[in-house]
Amino acid sequence: MLRMQDVSKIYRTDTVETHALRQFSLQVNEGEFVSVTGPSGSGKTTFLNIAGLLEEASGGIYELDGRDVAGLNDSERSRLRNEKIGFIFQSFNLIPELDVFDNVDVPLRYRGFDAAERRQRIERVLDIVGLASRSKHLPSQLSGGQQQRVAIARALAGDPRFLLADEPTGNLDSQMADSVMELLTEINGAGTTIIMVTHEPSLAERAQRNIHVRDGQVFDGEPEIHLAAQTA
Amino acid sequence: MFRYYLKLGLFSIRKNPVLSSLMVAAIAVGIGACMTILNIDYVMSGNPIPHRSDVLYHVQVDSWDPNDPYEDPDLPPEQVTYLDGHALWQAQAARRQVLSYKSSRVVQPAGDDERPFAALTRSTTSDFFAMFDTPFLYGGGWDASADNNEDYVVVIGREVNERVFGGRDSVGETIVLNNQPYRVMGVMDAWEPLPKFYDVNNGPFEEVEELFIPFSVSIANEMGSAGNTSCWKPAEGGWEGRLASECIWMQLWVELHGEREKEAYLAFLDGYAESQKAAGRFPRPVNNRLNNVTEWMDDREVVAEDVNVLLGIAVLFLIVCLLNTIGLLLAKVARRTGDISLRRALGASRRAVFAQYIVEAGMIGAAGGVLGIGMTWLGLQGIRGLYGELDFIARLVAMDWPIIFMAVGLAIVAALAAALYPTWRACRVHPASQLKAL
Repeated sequence: MLRMQDVSKIYRTDTVETHALRQFSLQVNEGEFVSVTGPSGSGKTTFLNIAGLLEEASGGIYELDGRDVAGLNDSERSRLRNEKIGFIFQSFNLIPELDVFDNVDVPLRYRGFDAAERRQRIERVLDIVGLASRSKHLPSQLSGGQQQRVAIARALAGDPRFLLADEPTGNLDSQMADSVMELLTEINGAGTTIIMVTHEPSLAERAQRNIHVRDGQVFDGEPEIHLAAQTA
Repeated sequence: MFRYYLKLGLFSIRKNPVLSSLMVAAIAVGIGACMTILNIDYVMSGNPIPHRSDVLYHVQVDSWDPNDPYEDPDLPPEQVTYLDGHALWQAQAARRQVLSYKSSRVVQPAGDDERPFAALTRSTTSDFFAMFDTPFLYGGGWDASADNNEDYVVVIGREVNERVFGGRDSVGETIVLNNQPYRVMGVMDAWEPLPKFYDVNNGPFEEVEELFIPFSVSIANEMGSAGNTSCWKPAEGGWEGRLASECIWMQLWVELHGEREKEAYLAFLDGYAESQKAAGRFPRPVNNRLNNVTEWMDDREVVAEDVNVLLGIAVLFLIVCLLNTIGLLLAKVARRTGDISLRRALGASRRAVFAQYIVEAGMIGAAGGVLGIGMTWLGLQGIRGLYGELDFIARLVAMDWPIIFMAVGLAIVAALAAALYPTWRACRVHPASQLKAL
């Protein structure tokens, strides 16, 4: 479970103070697929960065899997991030000089798994994303959709509890986007909690629940889209 | 993880070949300059006889001018007169004692085809070989009876043995020096004490002599010194006058074990000085000194002051090269903030990022060190080219294995030191700010 209570994030310079998040409260339950929408600058990415332990909140309470993350040092945050969170980025963020196998290997290296364990995990997730035969290809030898699948495989390799996706289909054409969304839905169906930031209402509707962010807060003016209830 | 970091380092070096090459070159040039001078300093300041340097003592007695010390501040002469050297040697007050001086002989090989040649000679007493632990290819030195009986015996070097006897075991054979036949007692093997501690005032980096003959024979044949001679009042009356003069031209060494023997010998020297005062010599206050090998090398400042200055300049040059390396590493880190951010997002701690970049810096340092060895060799060859093919220059510019290892080690340490700040910057990269822009 991921729970934020009155979380705030303030960026300060010498002259300006920017409130990226204010009294941001949210709870995402285990196994949910939640989409996060909102206009540019509303605080979606800031929320995702705090959720992914890439940034610290300025105030409020953030509990990840029941653990209050405030006060954790860098090593503890890195370990928690590595074990519990997988990231999927809009521009895939694969390391160009590493082949598919080695790209998926990166988070597993920091996890400290031995070579046999890493190999087994990598082969399993590449099989899930349908790229088992491309393990020795460099990212530049793959299509955009395939690259995003590699990124998904990398995010899944450590068996995280949460997948945080920031515009995962933003750089893909509609056909590839559809295929990636299908894959995410399958992964969610297997039990992984997914939080996906998107601009696309059509993609947001494929999640079980939508959260709209405006001015750094979960927007209460319009009802959240309870897609899970609609589809039930 | 270390192997993984090595692999990442290799990828990074391949990915930025120009930047990486510049860093390697900057380190190599700095290391090359530093190690060139350090090599010379190392050769100059080495202990030439480490296993015996603390039992061998150079003897000084102050027989000098009453009006001026030999050397400020109030130092006794660095050599001894024949009068003092011979009297102190004859007293046999130490376990062993060596009285010697540098001279020269003409070697006359047998056979009409061979031309005579001059060879540097050390006129010395029999303890020389045991005290200084000289290596022998064949035979050995002579004994004390040869000193006393003025026997025409000789120890020859490898080169002379090669030229005169074709390299065979020549012990017992006869060699003609200055028209006089000498019996070969031994052939000395290669021996290159650096510095040549037993006679630093005649050139601490000169080659070891090729001929060793009894001191008594040289004196009987009126063979003068081929080394430095200093007098505070003129010698008069030919060879006998020279022997009776206050000119210094000989080196006296004694072997003493422990403080008690040293103190006893100093007391003996003081007693000798007092007896000379009573005889009308030694007009200055009693000022006798015993220095072991390393103390004597320090006292004579065998490592020239300008070499130390050069070493300082070379270290400064290395620092400048490292500052350049820091700049290049910072540029590299700036280009790789995306990679760092991504790795942080995937679970790398700051410590992991630090380790990755430090290992990469170490690899660059090692490459710089290897190239630096080449630069050092070039630097030493440059010095040789500048000063010509003098023997002592050739000995100074020879590269030693310790120096080679030191070059690589210093390069790695220098690269790691240079990498500390850029690596710290890499650890401080804020991942969230970079990931969106990738």
